[in-house]
Amino acid sequence: MTVHNLYIFDRNGTCLYYNEWNRKKQAGISKEEEFKLMYGMLFSIRSFVSKMSPLDMKDGFLSFQTSRYRLHYYETPTGLKFVLNTDLSVGSARDTLQHIYSNLYVELLVKNPVCVLGQSLESELFSSRLDAFIRGLPYYSPRAA
Amino acid sequence: MAIFSVYVVNKAGGLIYQYDNYVPRAEAEKTFSYPLDLVLKIHDEKVVVSFGQRDGIRVGHAVLSINGVDVIGKNTADGKDIIEYLKDASNYPVSIRFGRARLSSNEKLMLASMFHSLFAIGSQLSPEVGSSGIEMLETDVFKLHCYQTLTGIKFIVLADPRQSGIDALLRKIYEIYSDFALKNPFYSLEMPIRCELFDQNLKSALEIAEKAGNFGAGS
Repeated sequence: MTVHNLYIFDRNGTCLYYNEWNRKKQAGISKEEEFKLMYGMLFSIRSFVSKMSPLDMKDGFLSFQTSRYRLHYYETPTGLKFVLNTDLSVGSARDTLQHIYSNLYVELLVKNPVCVLGQSLESELFSSRLDAFIRGLPYYSPRAA
Repeated sequence: MAIFSVYVVNKAGGLIYQYDNYVPRAEAEKTFSYPLDLVLKIHDEKVVVSFGQRDGIRVGHAVLSINGVDVIGKNTADGKDIIEYLKDASNYPVSIRFGRARLSSNEKLMLASMFHSLFAIGSQLSPEVGSSGIEMLETDVFKLHCYQTLTGIKFIVLADPRQSGIDALLRKIYEIYSDFALKNPFYSLEMPIRCELFDQNLKSALEIAEKAGNFGAGS
């Protein structure tokens, strides 16, 4: 049970926030490149899924898993994308991502007049609160990883 | 619960087999009087609804048939442009059937190779060492399961999110592929699979998987 990393993208593909907790392997490319690759993959998955789907979708893409990790995805109606990588024992992290959006992002950044939206987030309060929230999750336990 | 479709992708990303097992009907037919209260536009050579969602007709649905006759791309069966046809008041009242556009074989080829690359990126972006590519992709209406063999062939099954026993089914399909495609002397590797026995056995495996959800121990 563990949390690997979190990405927040805006609707234009800019990575607003990134942090990692128990990440064992780097992608082998610079962070900028990695964000672009991640956003590109999500963008393609979204269009892939909407074409493949046999029925009309409501929430669309929710998560995918490989043999070692699971990627949880949550998109707000404004196009903000939250991506959380965890290990396979975590079932659904939708509530977690929704909480990060409504109780941390909206409260600490949208309502903060000095935060410029659409740029990389530099709010210390947001970072520390988010870090505390992730560390407090029931499935955050670095030792078991 | 249902299994929607099966794809087999070779190691280069080419689609070598595709079978639609069950296509759910999400269609709506309605008779319209002039003027049409929906906004239509052309997208990917199809006429789709872009505004005016109602009565089961959703934004993104394509025009499937007009007055009971199926359309061909963006033209009616007798070759007239659909958008122009629907602008003409003398053609009304008209009955139009809307629904999700079905995938053409070209689109299926494209989607298969798209998944092939997503699979590779999924393993590259892994935060853990030694990760495979995407094994299962979940959305609110379907789950995509993928099994890649040691030789690089991918078996992909699209199923209802509640359908169980897909992992066993994927291995069963691999077994069927080995038995009826690879052992067929007329089958050439990496090429589209056109083997009758493969088709038959795949269909029965899908039937069993839908009913029972597994193949029992040892198979």
